[in-house]
Amino acid sequence: MKKNNKTKIVSAVLIVALLAVLLLLDNTKGVPSMLLTVLRKGAIYALVAVSMNLLNGFTGLFSLGQAGFMLLGAYTYAALTIPVESQTSIYQQYPGGGVGFSITEGLTNAMGGFGLLLGVVICLILAGIVAALLAYVIGLPVLRLKSDYLAIATLGFAEILRAVVQYAKLGPVTNGSNLLYGFTSFDDFKIGSLKLSTVMPFVFSGLCIAVVVLLINSTYGRAFKAIRDDEVAAEAMGINLAKHKRMSFVISSFFAGISGALLAMYQASVQAVTFKAAMTYEILLIVVIGGIGSISGSVIASFLFVGCSEWWLRFLDNEKTLKNFNAKLIFAIIFGLIVAGIAVAIFFKQKKNGKLGANVPCIGTAIVALAAIGWDIWFVISPNLKLPLLRSGFRMVVFSVIIMVVVLFFRKGLLGDQELPDVLHRFGAWLQSRFGKSAKGGDAK
Amino acid sequence: MAAKILPYLLGGISVGGQYALIAIGYTMVYGILRLINFAHGDIFTVAGFIMVYAAATMPLYVTIPLVIILTILLGVLVEKVAYKPLRTAPRMSVMISAIGMSYLLQNSMWYLTGGLAKQYPTLPWISDKITVAGYTTSRVTIITPILTIVLVVALVALIQKTKIGMAMRAASRDFETAQLMGIKINNVISFTFVVGSGLAAIGSMLYFSNYATVTPTVGAMPGLKAFVAAVFGGIGSIPGAVIGGFIIGICESFIKGTGATTFSDAFTFALLIVILAVKPTGLFGENLTEKV
Repeated sequence: MKKNNKTKIVSAVLIVALLAVLLLLDNTKGVPSMLLTVLRKGAIYALVAVSMNLLNGFTGLFSLGQAGFMLLGAYTYAALTIPVESQTSIYQQYPGGGVGFSITEGLTNAMGGFGLLLGVVICLILAGIVAALLAYVIGLPVLRLKSDYLAIATLGFAEILRAVVQYAKLGPVTNGSNLLYGFTSFDDFKIGSLKLSTVMPFVFSGLCIAVVVLLINSTYGRAFKAIRDDEVAAEAMGINLAKHKRMSFVISSFFAGISGALLAMYQASVQAVTFKAAMTYEILLIVVIGGIGSISGSVIASFLFVGCSEWWLRFLDNEKTLKNFNAKLIFAIIFGLIVAGIAVAIFFKQKKNGKLGANVPCIGTAIVALAAIGWDIWFVISPNLKLPLLRSGFRMVVFSVIIMVVVLFFRKGLLGDQELPDVLHRFGAWLQSRFGKSAKGGDAK
Repeated sequence: MAAKILPYLLGGISVGGQYALIAIGYTMVYGILRLINFAHGDIFTVAGFIMVYAAATMPLYVTIPLVIILTILLGVLVEKVAYKPLRTAPRMSVMISAIGMSYLLQNSMWYLTGGLAKQYPTLPWISDKITVAGYTTSRVTIITPILTIVLVVALVALIQKTKIGMAMRAASRDFETAQLMGIKINNVISFTFVVGSGLAAIGSMLYFSNYATVTPTVGAMPGLKAFVAAVFGGIGSIPGAVIGGFIIGICESFIKGTGATTFSDAFTFALLIVILAVKPTGLFGENLTEKV
C-alpha cells in the first residue's frame, strides 16, 4: 500500500514535469520546429498505435482498418467545428453545404476559453462515437472471420469508407474530395498569451491512453488477453467470445476515431486521400517496433517512428559534398568501423548459435562487408568529395530497411509484451544483483 | 444497346484477365504458405519499371524475357529474405514482414525513379489499334483474355501432371506431412514464387500497356483487387482466381461506365466482405477443417 502511494506520487510528479517542459518548449523562441512537430505528431500516433495494439496485441484480432476509423473521426470533428461564416467559402463546390453550426464556436462565444475546451472535448467524443458506431455495424459480419481474412476485410472497409466520404451526394457534409479546413486546431488553445499547441495533444492523447491502460488491467482486459492466448480455452472458461471481440473492436475504433480527430487538429486540414492503407501499415509497423502487446512500447515506438521519418533521417534526403579530404577520411573511417562492427556482431551471433562456418549467412555477410570496405577504401583514394546515394527518397529506403531488420531479427520489438515500468524494475534489480549495493535505482522490495 | 455494352465488356474482360494473372500469384502462395503476400502488388509494379528502363536501351525481344527473369528473381529473393526466416513464426509475423517488404519495395522504387510517373513503352503489335464490331480498341484488350486462359491451362496442366505440381498440391494440402514424405518444401515454395512472379510480370506488361504510366504505388490497388479475386474464387484454387479476376474486372468496368468511378474500388471490397460473410471458402474453395 505504501509503495503504491509512492508510485502514484512519482508518476504525478513526472506528468506535471512533462507538461511543464512541453509548455516551456511551446513558448520558447528558437526551439527547433521539427522537435515540436515530432512531439505533437508522436503523441497522436501514440494514441492510434495504442488503440491498434488493444485490438492486435491484447485481443489477438488482426485488423487493418485503423485508417478508416481515423478518417471518420477526422471528418466528424472537422464538420462539427468549422466556424459558421467560413462554411460558405469552404463548401463552395457544394452551395448550402456545411452543417450550419459550429459546436466549438458556439460554446466559445457562450463561455469563452472554457467553452472552447468543452466544445473540443464534446467533438472529440462525438468523433470517437461515430467511429465506434460504425465499428459496431462492421463488426457484426467481419468479426466472425479469422486472422488474415479479418485483416483483409477490415482493410477493405477502410477503403470503402474512403470512397464513401468522397461521394458527391455527401459533399454538403464532407466536401467531397476537397479539403476541409479552418476548424478549431491546437493553435487555438491559449491561456492569455501562453501557447498550448504541444501540451494539448499530450493531454488528450495521454488521457485516452490512460483509459486504455485501465481497461486492459480490468476484468475485460484479462478476458481480451485470454481470447488472444487461446480462444477455445477462453470460451471454456465462460468468456463470451463474440461480445468481448466486439467490445475490443468498438473501443479500439473509438480511440482511433479520436486520434483521427486529433490528427485533423494537428494538420489543420482534412482530406480523404491521406487516410490510405499505407497509413494503417505505418501504424502497424509502430505497434510491431514497440512490441505487440505493450502499451508503453507503442508509445515509445511512435515517437521514434515519427522522429526518424520526419526529423533524424532527414539528412539522408539531401545531397552532401564533403568540404575537404580530412572530412572524407573521417567519414570513411566511421563508415568502415560501422560496417566492421555489424559484420563482427553477426559473426559473433553465428558463433554463439554454433553456426559459424561456410554457410550462406556467414559467406554473405563476409562478401557484403568486404565489398563495403573495398568501396570505402576506393572512396578515400578517389578525388570525389560528394557522398553517394544521398538524394531525395533515400531516407525512406533506409527507414524501411531498419523496419525490415526489426521485423526479421528483433521480432519482439522494443519491449516485447512487457511494460516499461516492469522492465525498468527488472533492470534495477539486475543492476543491484550485479553490482551490489553501489548501484542506484535498485528496487528490490 | 449491345454497341453500348460492348466497350465496357471488352475493357472489363481485359482488366479481369490482368487481375487474374496477378491473382494466381496470391492464391498459389496462400495455398502453400497461408500468407497474403502483400509485396506481390509491388513486384508487379517493379516489373513495370524494369520494362520502362530496359526498353529504353534494348530491343524488345531482349527486354520481354529480361523483365520476366528479373521479376522472377525478385520474387524469389523476397521470399528468401522476408518469408523464409519466419517459417516457424506465427502467421501474424509473416504477414507483418510482407507488409514491411511492400513498404521497402515502394520506397526503393520511389528512390530509384525519383517518384515521377514514367511513360510505359509502347509494345508493337499488342498496342496496335484494331476494330471489334465497330468499336476501336487496342489489340491488348483482345490478347489479354486469350493469353490468360492459355497460361492458366498450361499452369493447371503443370500442377496436375508434373512431379513438382504434385509436390505443390501435397504441400498446400498439408505442409508438415508433405515435408515428412520427402518433399523439399523450400524448393516447392521457391517454385511457387517463380510461377507467381512470372505471371505477375506478364500481367504487368498487359496492364501497363493499357494504362501507359508507372508510379511506385500504382501496384497497390490492382494487387489488393487481385487478392479479392483470389478470395472470391476460393483461395488456393487457380481456376477460381481466374474466374474471380474476370468477374471483378467486368463488374468494375460497368460501374465505371455508369459514372460512379469512386465506387469501383469500394465495390470490390464490398464484394469481398459479402463473399466472406456468405461463403468464406469462395466459389471453388475446399472446405478445410481447422484443427484445434
